[in-house]
Order: sequence, then structure tokens, then C-alpha cells
Amino acid sequence: MAVEMLKEKWTGQVAEVVIGATEEEGGTRTSTVTVGGETALPFLDFEGEIPNKPVVAYEVLDEEPEGWAEPLVEAWGDVYSDPVAWAKKCEEEGAELIALRLVSTNPAGQDRSPEEAAQTVKDVLDAVGVPLMVLGCEDAEKDNEVLKAVAEAAEGENLLIGATEEDNYKTIAGACMIHDHTLIAQSPVDMNIAKQLNILLTDLGVKENKIVIDPLLSSLGYGLEYSYSVMERVRLSALRDDKMLSMPVVAFAGKEAWRTKEPNTPTEENPQWGEQENRGVMWETLTASTVLQSGANILVMYHPQAAKNVQSLVDDLMEDNS
Amino acid sequence: MGLTGLEIYKKLPQTNCGECGSPTCLAFAMQLAEGKAELSECPDVSDEAKAALDAAAKPPIATITIGSGKYEREVGGETELFRHDKTFFNETGVAVAVSDEEDVAAKVEKINALTFERVGQEIAVDMIAVKNDSGDVNTFAEAVETVADNSERTLILVTEDAAAMEAALDIAADQNPLLYAATADNYEAMTELAEENDCPLAVRGEDLDSLAELTKKIDYENLVIDSGARQTSEVLRDQNVIRRLCIKKKFRPVGFPTITFTTKEDPQEEVMQASTYIAKYAGIVVLNNTVELAETLSLLAVRQNIYTDPRVPVTVEPNKVYEVGEPDENSPVFITTNFSLSYYSVEGDVSSSKEPAYIIPIDTDGTSVLTGWAADKFGGAKIGEIITEETDIEDRVDHRKLIIPGHVAVISGKLEEASGWDVLVGPRESSGIPSFIANRWESELNG
Repeated sequence: MAVEMLKEKWTGQVAEVVIGATEEEGGTRTSTVTVGGETALPFLDFEGEIPNKPVVAYEVLDEEPEGWAEPLVEAWGDVYSDPVAWAKKCEEEGAELIALRLVSTNPAGQDRSPEEAAQTVKDVLDAVGVPLMVLGCEDAEKDNEVLKAVAEAAEGENLLIGATEEDNYKTIAGACMIHDHTLIAQSPVDMNIAKQLNILLTDLGVKENKIVIDPLLSSLGYGLEYSYSVMERVRLSALRDDKMLSMPVVAFAGKEAWRTKEPNTPTEENPQWGEQENRGVMWETLTASTVLQSGANILVMYHPQAAKNVQSLVDDLMEDNS
Repeated sequence: MGLTGLEIYKKLPQTNCGECGSPTCLAFAMQLAEGKAELSECPDVSDEAKAALDAAAKPPIATITIGSGKYEREVGGETELFRHDKTFFNETGVAVAVSDEEDVAAKVEKINALTFERVGQEIAVDMIAVKNDSGDVNTFAEAVETVADNSERTLILVTEDAAAMEAALDIAADQNPLLYAATADNYEAMTELAEENDCPLAVRGEDLDSLAELTKKIDYENLVIDSGARQTSEVLRDQNVIRRLCIKKKFRPVGFPTITFTTKEDPQEEVMQASTYIAKYAGIVVLNNTVELAETLSLLAVRQNIYTDPRVPVTVEPNKVYEVGEPDENSPVFITTNFSLSYYSVEGDVSSSKEPAYIIPIDTDGTSVLTGWAADKFGGAKIGEIITEETDIEDRVDHRKLIIPGHVAVISGKLEEASGWDVLVGPRESSGIPSFIANRWESELNG
């Protein structure tokens, strides 16, 4: 008997967002990244279009990370005191997108100036051809100054800049609009706030295809299920044609996974949990692989093996079944 | 699709005899529609009506019990497409395969070690799938015997040879193993074996069409189904289609829990496949190779997360002192709520600061900081009383300083009054904790 391949009748589409700009488009990138555009739930190409695969980004910090777990030190220790060398190595590892986090601007740390941060961004842009995400230090006031300077210095490059929040979006959004960048709209695991922020941003004049939603990921084992369901609800809203929730979603799997206990516990301390490197890599990998099923479009990763794992899973999931 | 009260009413005797306990047949029909009454309570219902109503009243996906004893597990019984709509009920059974051509005892020993504790729950690989790769009846029976003797894990007997299945059942039928699999070629013999031994039976089609054809032919309800798909994206597609057909159409031929198989050689890739199937509806997932602790722990955490009931706030045990690292008499003391996401955010950010500290989660019935405060469950007087009377924090630190979440700065006065401790208003988001400790704690401690 013929079984009906039961399709949902979705009316909406995830916005298609481009990151980066080539020379013809006013930037200097040798490649760009396109995410979103789907008219179906993740990977279900029998019911709609999945024009773009989810993209894996490698995260780079602009200062030497402190207190990193041994497996990360092994992977990046030879380059991580220099963001330019680090970014180059990411590109060699196969990164299609690099997420540069300007932690050195944190007033509680090195407190580097916006000008210095902008210079770092320019140096990284000069060193690699792939598009860039640029993230602040999560201090709202300082981020406004720094990201504004970055947006100006990298005019036309169509960076993905983050993050704007409900109570702090105008400066960054304004700078992104003036200097042709895309921005991240961050909300605290809350679909209503995600929507509200997108309304505020579009009211300000930001185009729907210049926004990526960061609904805040929680790590595997530490609240992943909340993020999973919020993402799933965001994606369902997009497919039901809620334009204010139709943007692609970014998930910072590396940052969240590697600050939890499992990846940071040395093998000797808890041999019952197995080998630390695999444990860390898998904690990060499965944080990402799980949210692939709830609609994540950009997975920002720390460990190169975890990044490669997720890329390989994405390739398998993208196989044509239409 | 369940029947409405009126649809049910039409099939009832309409005598209003009242023997079911409801005053009228219509009232009884309404109770039935809501699942609050059983049709058997009606003394006069006709057989024909009974069959029709039974079929309609059945859940969209059957609940099947597999195994016996410690690792007995129910699979299926799901009612939702998305966990946020209610919850997913029965966790995916996770199995590891053992070939009857390998060193069975050695692999079983490794599988037996795959038990962990996370947030107060034991999580474990709960099934062993014994595969008849040898094609030999006795070799298979011996392998099954070795597994049964050395492990309490639930058995999945993997052979398409009815003679081999029978030999295995002679050894292990009383453990309620899952028989895998009935196919178009052997389903009569397999169904007979399953029925005789009262065991669950897996049915495998070549695709969804042939699977549905096969389950219709099999007059046995204790089933688990396999569409035969093995490529990751095909499995995902079939899992989605099966779940939709069950929930949205009540399509009976696939109204059973599913069993899926990973195909990757590499344990990391294999576990990724499995995580995909756990998120998307698999009743059982069978791993071929993975017996590594790290990979398995991570996978079982995925299952634990996906099957967490979103209707019940996940909490940590409140009103006690938790230690992060090895804190001493000079370490900071953070106050938060017993909502696990609040608690674990604070814990995660304290551990990333690399400074040991104490955390005291206050009982707010599992609500977050702001919700708890708004509901009067996170007030200064209450927290003060808990700190001084229910915890021994006074004996653990020499200072008298409590750090509260920045969002509830307003409770500082009352808390100072009730506890006699100084209150420091911490960052609004837990992500500010590392820099708070780095920049403020030492001077506050000495100041």
C-alpha cells in the first residue's frame, strides 16, 4: 500500500541572509556564506525547499584565552595568542565562516580601545578570505563603542555583528545599517523577546534579511532542552509566516559546551567519564547536532574535531530525499 | 484523530440507564471523549460499537514494554510532534549491538560499564542487540546465553532465521526480549514465535509502503517498526513521516514505536547519528560500535535533555549550600533560585571564573529569579531566614557577605535585616559573575 508522505502546508519561509561581501559587492571577501531560505522543518526536503545548508563557524578570540581545557589548548595553543594566526589556521582547517570575539575590549580585563579592536578586525579581514562574524565582550556600553568602530572600519564587508539586545540595540543597529553589515539579535531563551527585538530593529529600518536570531543556547546537560524548544518554536513561527521570527538562527555551541563541567574535567579526575578530549569534543558536537534538529542555521564551534563532526553530519543530513 | 462526544454518543445504546455512573448516555459519551471513563462501564454496548470505539480510543502510538527487571522499558506511547506541546513520554531505548562472531563476553563487559549518574538520575545504555552474523543457530544461541548470563540489560534478538530465533527464545524468552525482525519472507513464523512467547516483535519493511503492508498482515499488536532506512537523512524523513501519520492521521499500520540503526564506523559519527534519531522520535536506537564512555555519556545526556518534561520545572534541591571547586572561609557566597536553569547558569559561570565559591539555591518552587521575586518566593525576609536557620554557611565562611542577583537589588534591605549579613548586589546576568569576582570580591572581602 502506498503510504502518504504527510507534508505540512507551511505558508512561510525563513529569511535568506548573506554574510560577507566579495569585491563586486563592495567588500574584500573571496567567498560569502548564505543561510536560511528554507520552507520546511530542518532537512525535510520532501516537504519544501532547503536551499542552504547550516554553516559551521570557528570561533577566534582576540586575546589569549585563560583557563582553557587541555584539549582546546592542544588544538589552538600554537596560534591562540595571535588572532590573525588563529583565524588563518581556522581557514586551513576548513572554516567557511570565522567568529571573532573581541574579549580584550572588556573593561574588566585588558579594556582595549575601540580603535585597537577595529584594527584587529581589519588585520583578520586582511589575513583570511572567508566572511567574519564579530562579537563584542558582552558589556553593553563598551560593545556599543567597539562595534560601532568596527562597523565603520570594515564598511561594506557585510560582517555579522553581535549582539543587539532588547534594551541595547540602537547604536549597533544604526552602525550596521550605515556601513552595510548584518546583525545578531540576542534574546534570553525567550521567543516573545526575540520577536519584540526584531520588531524594534525593523521599526528602526533594519531589513529582515540583515538579522540573525541568537535565542541563546544552553549547553548539553545544562538546559539544552530549553534552547532546543525555543528554537523549534521560532522555526515553526517562521514557517507559519510570522515575519518577525523568520530570521535564521545562530547557536554558540563551542562557548556554551566548553564552560560546563564535563569537558573541563581531566580524565584522571573522573575516569568513569572516559577520556577528556573525546568527552569535550562530544559534549560540544552533540550540543550542536541536537539543535540542528530544532533549526540552527549557524553553529559556532570551538574544537576543530567538533566542527568537522558537525560538518560531516550536515552533509549526511543534506542528502537529497525530495 | 479521537472521536468527539457526539460521535461516540451515536454508537451508544442511548437508553440512559445510568448503570455506568453517568446520568445519561450523552454525559457518558462526553466522559469517554475526554478519556475519563472506560467503555466497559456500559452494560449494553454492542460488539460492533465496541470495536469502532475501541479503535478510535486507542492512543496514536502503541506503548510497548521491552525487557524485564531493572532495565525493563516502555517505548512508544507518544502523543506529540514537538516536546513543547506537552512532553515526550518514554525515553528512547539505547542499545549497543554485539555480533555472535566477536568476543561476546568482552563486549558485554564494556557495555555493562555504560552507566552514569547525572543530576541525580542514573542514565545507562539499557539494551544489548545480539546479532546472528554467523548465520549459525548454535553460535547465536550461545552468544545470547553469554549475554543473558552476564548482563541484566534488555535483549534484542537480531536474526531473520526462525530456527535461530527459536533457539534464542529457549534461553531468553522469560526476559521479554525484542525479536528483530519479521520481514516479508519470514513474518508468519516470527509472529508465531512472538505470540507463543508473548514477546514484542520488530517488523522491518523495505520502505514505508512495504512496512505498512506488512504490519497490516500481522495479527499481533505487540510491535516495533523499522522502515528499513539507514542513510541518516532517510531515517530522519521516515521518522518524521511516521510520527505525523500517527499523531495527525491516526494511521494504524505505523502506530507503533520505531527502531533505528546507526551505520557509521567511527564512534563520534555514530553517536551524532544517534543524537539525531533521539531528537526526532526514535523509540529505540541501536549503535553498532560505540562502547566508549565519553561518547556514550554525551549521548545519554542528549536523551535526558530531550525527554525532560517541559511542564515540570526542573529543580535542584533547595535551601542547602553547594560547593563549586573547593571553597574556603574566604570564598564568595552566591544566592540564586532552585530553578535548575538559574542554578546551573550560576554554577557554570562560577566555575568558568575558576574561583571556588558557595551557591545557595532558595526554594522558589522552581521559578527563576524575577518570577520567584514577583511571586513573593524570593523575598529578603524569606532568604534571610533560610540562610541563617536552614544552612550552615555561617560555619563555612569567616565573612558575612551574600551576593544576590542584580535583578533583585530591591531585596537588599530586608535581607540584611533578616540575616544580619551584608548584601552585595551582583551582576544582573550570571555571565557577569567571573568579572564580578575578579574585580570586586577581594576588595569587598577586605573592605
